[in-house]
Amino acid sequence: SSSSSIDEEFFEELEDILIGADVGVDTTMKIVEQIKERINEEKIKDPQDVDEILKEEVLNMLHFDSDEREVDDSLKVTLIVGVNGAGKTTSIGKLANRYKQNDQKVLLAAADTFRAAAIDQLKIWGDRVGVDVIRHQEGSDPAAVVYDGLQAARARKVDHLICDTAGRLHNKKNLMDELNKISRVIDRELGHPPHEVLLVLDATTGQNALNQAKLFSEVTPVSGIVLTKLDGTAKGGIVLALADELKLPIKYIGVGEGINDLQDFVSEQFVDALFSNSEDLTEN
Amino acid sequence: MMLSRLSEKLQNTLGKLKGKGKVNEKDVKEAMREVRLALLEADVNYKVVKEFVNKVKERAIGEEVLESLTPGQQVIKIVRDELTELMGGEATELNFSDKPPTVIMLAGLQGTGKTTAAAKLANKFKKDNKHPLLVACDTQRPAAIKQLHVLGDQIEVPVFSMGDKQHPADIAKGAIEHAKKNQRDVVIVDTAGRLHVDEDLMTELKQVEEKISPHEILLVVDAMTGQDAVNVADRFNEDLALSGIIMTKLDGDTRGGAALSVKKVTGKPIKFIGTGEKVEELEVFHPDRLSSRILGM
Ligand SMILES: Nc1nc2c(ncn2[C@@H]2O[C@H](COP(=O)(O)OP(=O)(O)OP(=O)(O)O)[C@@H](O)[C@H]2O)c(=O)[nH]1
Ligand SMILES: Nc1nc2c(ncn2[C@@H]2O[C@H](COP(=O)(O)OP(=O)(O)OP(=O)(O)O)[C@@H](O)[C@H]2O)c(=O)[nH]1
Ligand SMILES: [K+]
Ligand SMILES: [Mg+2]
Ligand SMILES: [Mg+2]
Repeated sequence: SSSSSIDEEFFEELEDILIGADVGVDTTMKIVEQIKERINEEKIKDPQDVDEILKEEVLNMLHFDSDEREVDDSLKVTLIVGVNGAGKTTSIGKLANRYKQNDQKVLLAAADTFRAAAIDQLKIWGDRVGVDVIRHQEGSDPAAVVYDGLQAARARKVDHLICDTAGRLHNKKNLMDELNKISRVIDRELGHPPHEVLLVLDATTGQNALNQAKLFSEVTPVSGIVLTKLDGTAKGGIVLALADELKLPIKYIGVGEGINDLQDFVSEQFVDALFSNSEDLTEN
Repeated sequence: MMLSRLSEKLQNTLGKLKGKGKVNEKDVKEAMREVRLALLEADVNYKVVKEFVNKVKERAIGEEVLESLTPGQQVIKIVRDELTELMGGEATELNFSDKPPTVIMLAGLQGTGKTTAAAKLANKFKKDNKHPLLVACDTQRPAAIKQLHVLGDQIEVPVFSMGDKQHPADIAKGAIEHAKKNQRDVVIVDTAGRLHVDEDLMTELKQVEEKISPHEILLVVDAMTGQDAVNVADRFNEDLALSGIIMTKLDGDTRGGAALSVKKVTGKPIKFIGTGEKVEELEVFHPDRLSSRILGM
């Protein structure tokens, strides 16, 4: 913060920074209240010291115990979900590449049978990475594709099956029911939920992301977030609310359209970027 | 309805003023504090909110308003006027050239809905008895050309493509020549998604613009976008001669604040809104109607 003393103006500026980073009104107010409390309790006078406790509080929000779904199966299944255009298919390409580089045998299932050329798009990613893609005709039942993917994965002794799904807005009941059906097929075949259900979230998204996460979690057991498009100027601050309110961990970040543009989420880096004045994260 | 949450909050806050026979400066300030929060909760950019609230406050605290017989009503009217202004007044039409083909180019961030919007526009023009041509200038995204072909087939509109090895400017130029020879009167150019901070790709887009001088350059913006919408719109507007905006994915439960922000920073009107994945789901945008509905007037 650029203020020289801790006054009303100081807190207003803090609010602007947080809201401007898409942290959202509720979470911003909560953070500001916490900071005010600590300033009182710890008798802090120097704005410089506030920057420290601010980072601490925000990091605290991102750090929590999440129950890891460690099931000792030879086949791991990841289901990728999210709203339209968030970066699901691209993230699958990047993830597949990662697993493959760790010497895992990977298979993809093209269960977005709706979007024009979605199957072709995934196939191109499969070819790039050098992994097979299980696919049906456009317009066919996505749950059937996932089922076939599971069978093929077992028969071929695959280590990791990743299932693409069509983008869908969380307020569309029939599409969410369809996702629930896909999720149940995996559940039934494995005898437990998918090892990972990753909700792909575009970093430019505003406060709507909270509803996305809530409603997707109602139809499939979302286990974490992939935060994409962090190579732009959006800060992706809404994930603070997802972590704080829903205890959803951020697992990966997308930083480009290339095959290697997927990174582990590092909360310290994320928080530094959140408060950096630079509008361009890639220049850091 | 778009912005229904905002609508509810504003009507609540302003409703309290309406009932009062006398309104003082403190009442206005109190109401404006709540208006500010409502707008921020709707994802309206915080700088835009600050300016908006200050403007309304200044006008409302003026003598004539508070001394009038219906001060509450007056304040609400000021909010409505300023909201309409923020969203761009009346609906704005597309510019069709007297010398066909009319050339329309789409641009925007990755995944906002450009390719879908291209097909939706083509579908609309076809229904209006025009003869559109879709042009595949996205040489980046895997299967982007195929996607446009699939959509073109669906609506029975021809698609011009030259693969992904040519420069988009040359593809676009080729398409216009093709349109002239084949009596296509509207050319719709789909482009690859790109970040506003990606110098190389923004340059590419400028090259397309220079080569084909489009009659319309529409920025496609995802309605779910939060605070960053203004940075994006501002930058695209700087680099290209934008003529308007298409706001997509308004069929979600989005707060839609981006719609209130982008007009402000670019000065360019929202011309269409996307309300679904299907090719028919495109509507003309009427800001004046929306602001009245938001305030329940
Ligand atoms: N700059 C940038 N672009 C990305 C990133 N991830 C994905 N994209 C781009 O975003 C666009 C949409 O990505 P997709 O993977 O097709 O998104 P999707 O969620 O599968 O989309 P639907 O299946 O249509 O819902 C593409 O142009 C991608 O190249 C990222 O991390 N950074
Ligand atoms: N619900 C909804 N989905 C939409 C709308 N417009 C587009 N989509 C979906 O959003 C996703 C991305 O749309 P595209 O048209 O591929 O977006 P794009 O901007 O061309 O993407 P890139 O070329 O990768 O930058 C697809 O799943 C579309 O079906 C809309 O108005 N509502
Ligand atoms: K998006
Ligand atoms: Mg996809
Ligand atoms: Mg496209």
